Amino acid sequence: MSNVSIDHPVVIHDLTVAYRDKPVLWDIELSIPPGKLVAIIGPNGAGKSTLIKAVLGLVPTVAGTVSLFGGSYRERRQMIGYVPQRSSVDWDFPTHALDVVMMGTYGQLGWFKRPGKAQRELALRCLEQVGMADFANRQISQLSGGQQQRVFLARALAQDAQLYFMDEPFVGVDAVTERAIVNLLRDLRARGKTVVCVHHDLDSAPEYFDWLVLLNVRLIAAGPFETTFTSENLRKTYGGTMGAAIKHIEHFEEDRLAISVQADTKRPNGH
Amino acid sequence: MVIELFTDYTLRNVALGSALLGIVSGVLGCFAVLRRQGLLGDALAHAALPGICVAFLLTGSKAPLVLLIGAALAGWLATTLLLTAVRETRLSADSVLAIVLSTFFGFGIVLLTFISKSENANQAGLDKFLFGQAATLIAEDVQTMGLLGAAALAVVAGLYKEFKLLAFDAEFAASLGFPARGLSVLLTSLIVIAVVIGLQTVGVVLMAAMLIGPAVAARQWTNRLGVMLILAAVFGAASGVSGALISVSDAHIPTGPVIILSLTAIVLGSLFFAPARGLVWSTIRRRQQRANMKVE
Ligand SMILES: Nc1ncnc2c1ncn2[C@@H]1O[C@H](COP(=O)(O)OP(=O)(O)OP(=O)(O)O)[C@@H](O)[C@H]1O
Ligand SMILES: [Mg+2]
Repeated sequence: MSNVSIDHPVVIHDLTVAYRDKPVLWDIELSIPPGKLVAIIGPNGAGKSTLIKAVLGLVPTVAGTVSLFGGSYRERRQMIGYVPQRSSVDWDFPTHALDVVMMGTYGQLGWFKRPGKAQRELALRCLEQVGMADFANRQISQLSGGQQQRVFLARALAQDAQLYFMDEPFVGVDAVTERAIVNLLRDLRARGKTVVCVHHDLDSAPEYFDWLVLLNVRLIAAGPFETTFTSENLRKTYGGTMGAAIKHIEHFEEDRLAISVQADTKRPNGH
Repeated sequence: MVIELFTDYTLRNVALGSALLGIVSGVLGCFAVLRRQGLLGDALAHAALPGICVAFLLTGSKAPLVLLIGAALAGWLATTLLLTAVRETRLSADSVLAIVLSTFFGFGIVLLTFISKSENANQAGLDKFLFGQAATLIAEDVQTMGLLGAAALAVVAGLYKEFKLLAFDAEFAASLGFPARGLSVLLTSLIVIAVVIGLQTVGVVLMAAMLIGPAVAARQWTNRLGVMLILAAVFGAASGVSGALISVSDAHIPTGPVIILSLTAIVLGSLFFAPARGLVWSTIRRRQQRANMKVE
């Protein structure tokens, strides 16, 4: 068990979170293997953002433990990056893109120390990685939604973490930015990092991610897409009425069938 | 008048005191405005009144430090009540704010009336805290204000990066390990200090404007937080000094309203004429764009 939790970036045991008396997450048992792109999927109000915030110690928990690389969040903070929902901040704040990205280095800087040349250069490199170098000095309110999202991603890159949590990084971005973000996520995976994203689009999920967490207050299912992304599980997550979700899954299952016939590989069937 | 500033004892105290107030409330007001807590300053200022009265009733002293401690404790109590009520009840923040503000202020007025009716010969002058009377500033007051102000500004300078992060994205700050709650309490305490510095000059009723006005005006001229803080300090000091000097020229004018009027001139000027965000220029730009469209 302890072996598992050390090389597993995230191990959640028996986690329960409530706002006032209303439980929002109930008895979550989850462990996420390293080097994966993980999608957290579930309906509105399922507790997806809350799950991330609970793991990062941003909301109090009622019960349960969270271990990150075998330690508490306090101990592992420097290894963890966070991209909050873009709508969670006021973009009319008097600052520019580069300055926001530099905020990613504040954790490593610690108290009182001001960012200097090294932090500036790191932030510029991170902006380059998301294709935003030309906008470094742009006031943040004068960025489009997609550009703001990229600035947030660059800020997380500046944290230079091993494990990233991103809350809906694809919301409100155009196709070009969406590709750029996907490439960035794959690049992170290639460098051995684990990325956990809240995601809403069932269409693109199997293409972008390789591990799935289905959540609706309780944990419905978690595992590789091949075995977890099933109509049965989606029905349990969204309730029986979610016709559209089921259609996505049928396509996915047909595709998978076609692929496995072509490749003539025998995969264990998930259901 | 300029020469008198350096020679006349009263004028020098008034100018120094109001400049100090302008600088400190300008800088701290920026954070309050950016965190959308402008009204918090209002509640804190109004809450200071009962604090002053209780401090006077308990000690019988009108020494500035005694009254300031009373004001600070009351402000702190009001903030704690406010934040707890917002967290623990379903009331919205602005309702809680309104309740706390009027309760404390009402209590303060009752105490003030009680004091002025009592036999205490020392009582004259507490009501100057309502609208401010800069002419009553003595060197000792200015020294106390200077110490408090310097301490507040030193904290802001030391924790500039932390406060900026807190104001922009408190949750991210917390995820980096900065105690967002603690920083927030600290920032509020500094605002209490600004309020305390402004008690004698502006008074409790109009103090909130002294926090919000310079910040709003400064935001119009710049997109950088550092520049905004400096501009707000300059605007605050300019309106403080000009207002206080005007009011001192006639002892019947309370200082607070005059300071706020000169501050209003700066705010209006900034809202209309600041280059990028000013209403005048953006209207002209829109007209031109429309005209260009028609030509094409
Ligand atoms: N600060 C809060 N106070 C009280 N209740 C909250 C708070 N934040 C969230 N909730 C409630 O907790 C539940 C889960 O919220 P959460 O934001 O985690 O959902 P989500 O899965 O991220 O939803 P969405 O897809 O809409 O982003 C919701 O019912 C929400 O109303
Ligand atoms: Mg959410």
